[in-house]
Amino acid sequence: MIYTEAGQFSIRYSHDRRIFRLRQDRIGITALLLFAFAAVPLLGNDYWFSAILIPLLVLSLAGLGLNLLTGYAGQLSLGSAAFMAVGAFATYNFQLRVPGLPLLASMALGGVMAAGVALLFGLPSLRIKGFYLLVSTLAAQFFVEWFFTKFGWFSNNSASGVISAPPLLILGHDFSNPVGRYLLTLAVVVVVTALARNLVKSELGRNWMAVRDMDTAAAVIGIPLLRTKLLAFAISGFILGVAGALWAFTYLGTVEPHGFDLARSFQILFIIIIGGMGSILGNFLGAAFIVLFPVLLSQLSGSLLSGVIDAGQLENLQKIIFGVLIIAFLIKEPDGLARLWQIARERARVWPLRY
Amino acid sequence: MSASPHISNSNSKGSAPLLRLEHISLSFKGVKAVTDISFDVAEGAITALIGPNGAGKSSLLNVINGVYQAQHGSITFDGEVRRHMHPHHAAVRGIARTFQNIALFKGMSVLDNVLTGRNLKRRSSWLEQALRIGRAPGEDDAQRRHAEKVIEFLHIQPWRNSVVGKLPYGLQKRVELARALAAEPRLLLLDEPMAGMNAEEKQEMSSFIADVNREFGTTVVLIEHDIGVVMQLADHVIVLDYGKKIGDGTPDDVRNNPDVIAAYLGTRH
Amino acid sequence: MGFFLEVLAGGLLAGVMYSLVAIGFVLIYKASGVFNFAQGAMVLFAALTFVSLLERGVPFWLSFVITLLAMVALALLIERAVLRPLVNRPPITLFMATLGLSYVIEGAAQALWGAQVHGLDLGIKDEPFEFAGLLLSQFDLFAAATAAVLVTTLSLLFSKTRIGLSLRAVADDPLAALAIGIRLQRIWAVVWAVAGFVGLVAGLLWGARLGVQFSLSLIVLKALPVLIIGGFTSIGGAIVGGLIIGASEKLAEVYIGPLIGGGIENWFPYVLALLFLLVRPAGLFGERAIERV
Repeated sequence: MIYTEAGQFSIRYSHDRRIFRLRQDRIGITALLLFAFAAVPLLGNDYWFSAILIPLLVLSLAGLGLNLLTGYAGQLSLGSAAFMAVGAFATYNFQLRVPGLPLLASMALGGVMAAGVALLFGLPSLRIKGFYLLVSTLAAQFFVEWFFTKFGWFSNNSASGVISAPPLLILGHDFSNPVGRYLLTLAVVVVVTALARNLVKSELGRNWMAVRDMDTAAAVIGIPLLRTKLLAFAISGFILGVAGALWAFTYLGTVEPHGFDLARSFQILFIIIIGGMGSILGNFLGAAFIVLFPVLLSQLSGSLLSGVIDAGQLENLQKIIFGVLIIAFLIKEPDGLARLWQIARERARVWPLRY
Repeated sequence: MSASPHISNSNSKGSAPLLRLEHISLSFKGVKAVTDISFDVAEGAITALIGPNGAGKSSLLNVINGVYQAQHGSITFDGEVRRHMHPHHAAVRGIARTFQNIALFKGMSVLDNVLTGRNLKRRSSWLEQALRIGRAPGEDDAQRRHAEKVIEFLHIQPWRNSVVGKLPYGLQKRVELARALAAEPRLLLLDEPMAGMNAEEKQEMSSFIADVNREFGTTVVLIEHDIGVVMQLADHVIVLDYGKKIGDGTPDDVRNNPDVIAAYLGTRH
Repeated sequence: MGFFLEVLAGGLLAGVMYSLVAIGFVLIYKASGVFNFAQGAMVLFAALTFVSLLERGVPFWLSFVITLLAMVALALLIERAVLRPLVNRPPITLFMATLGLSYVIEGAAQALWGAQVHGLDLGIKDEPFEFAGLLLSQFDLFAAATAAVLVTTLSLLFSKTRIGLSLRAVADDPLAALAIGIRLQRIWAVVWAVAGFVGLVAGLLWGARLGVQFSLSLIVLKALPVLIIGGFTSIGGAIVGGLIIGASEKLAEVYIGPLIGGGIENWFPYVLALLFLLVRPAGLFGERAIERV
């Protein structure tokens, strides 16, 4: 009976709007954040920061970006990686070409650039729908990849368009070591996620879902379709852009345009399918799955089947399992891991009773 | 033009008409859905559109709020003459509607559905709302208060937080009406609000419609097949058949109109 | 002018190759409303199976038959494991399921047959010859002829046979088709098997051209703009779309490419398709449905 709602009444509408309405949730999330900010830096090692936690956080953020567009506003996109690329390259150039611009400001501006590009490729969304819209986002995917490879100016004329992380200095504090990069990533992800959570619970979030569920009815009650869809593209693009900058500078350190290829876009789509479309939490669960699963699989095959199965076959196996899981989730649990979590929570609420 | 002599019948309440359709014709790829329809809807009245299936009733509602664009004719709403309505403009001018096949946002809760109906009453920007600063918090409270009033009016409080897609049909119809009412419309278009309901539910829905009309002064245009309900509810009845208007007047006029009787009993065809 | 025509002809013939992949899409979309992203993976699977059998000493025709049987088995499996459980789900869900499917098929193909590049010789020389003053590729002409035969066969199949009639009924109105006793599942299995066959033909031609390797599954990305231009539901549209994409891509490569640094073939078809869409949102031959509310 720990997880009970009993006695928690919303006596003001503003209480109902809180990010976490239940006291247990608020305590839980505070504890989690304290743990992530204070305990993890002491407990973790470099491998955990660099290979697990940072990519997990960045991919969660990228998933969030796509989820706003696809899960909430219902606009299918296969161009996520392109918007990440724009964010990364724009941030790099702001740092390179505007002396004295703070790192976080460059990242925000990089996000704004990505928002602009996403907006541009979202323009056809008023006239075309569904699969047809894939063309627009795929055009973005291929065009952006080509663009940054072709025009050396954006990578300061480095070989094959590679860009490297600027010094990660914030207010004179160096965040270049693994713990620092982890904390920087965590802070950005937490802030953006909190804002996104507010946003999906606001008027705009409702309008997105209305457009997703039935756009004709949305138009009839006065929701401006183009504006609503374009805002979804722009805000999604902003978040993906920031995720791209983090991916390039706090995770990889150096990246080339092909690091943001179609496979990356698919990966992000898979995160939201497995994690749960139309859920904020789902992005974290999906990203955790995508990051941890291959690690787990190679650990398992290393200890159980060492020598029996080579690296190439392991990759094939991983691909097959991912594919099967995608299909299985779509069939059995279209709302993803987030829904499983929700069911567990419902159970905990009524425990020890059955319902 | 044969139908136009009836055009001014509806001004029974004495004021200028809120809505006037003139010579509306609509066709899809050459197939005529509606031919040369004209009629007036008086402010504050309940007008019923009746006629057999395929008579063009839904198409006409779609023309009124701009989901379809008629090839000919004009629409005058509250003194403003337009060739075409546009859905957004219709909503801004205060036209709300429900659909024949419920068009709710199925993945959202009842409360959220009703709140979407109030989206035009917002002044704060999305950024203020995301950051919960400026005008947003106070406005959120005001919108919520109003939505709760509508929810209470239609007796759907117990389902406030339920996901709409999982509610029974009759309740969904009521939620859809709630969403339309949340916009505080001047003109409410209802496409078969009582379809598929049993007698008791129909009775309940008719009294909601009558209450809306009486308490808020909302003008109502509704499509309904149940003649009993129509005669009880409507001040003004328009009869369509094969896309043409064959009757227009008070319920009693229409009841005694030989064309209407023929269309309904099938002697003409 | 001669050069222009040569580029144009080369492009048109290359476009036929795109059409071959697009036809497989159209079949499946018509019958089951599924936008099958796994079509490319099916092409890869077919080509890889065929060439691996060939390399193990199995005669050409036997390899062809065995591969065809494998494609039919794959179709039955997909119908059972993916389509049937997902019936009545939104198209977007089915599309994402085919993304998963393409992972499974690609992984399985490479797990079975390895990831190395295989050469495939169909016995047609890929050397240019002169025709009416233009240098044309013999191989491309062969591909075009194959496509013509394939399209004719398919049209006959769908216009003259019972199964073809059922297919058109299903495409027109699945519920009505169901009501008059057409078995949806059987139609789906047949159509996916036919799409597998088309995939096999496309796989052989593309494999002979590029070598049989993983990148074959990426030709699905070439077929998408073709479909957009031709419309998702018309085989004729797939052909015309393929020709338009093929020709304009080559012309753009030759005439616009040098101005902006080349390598534009990846995105150019998409931009072209996008421009088409803005003018005709349902493609050249697709029908725009009237939204009923």
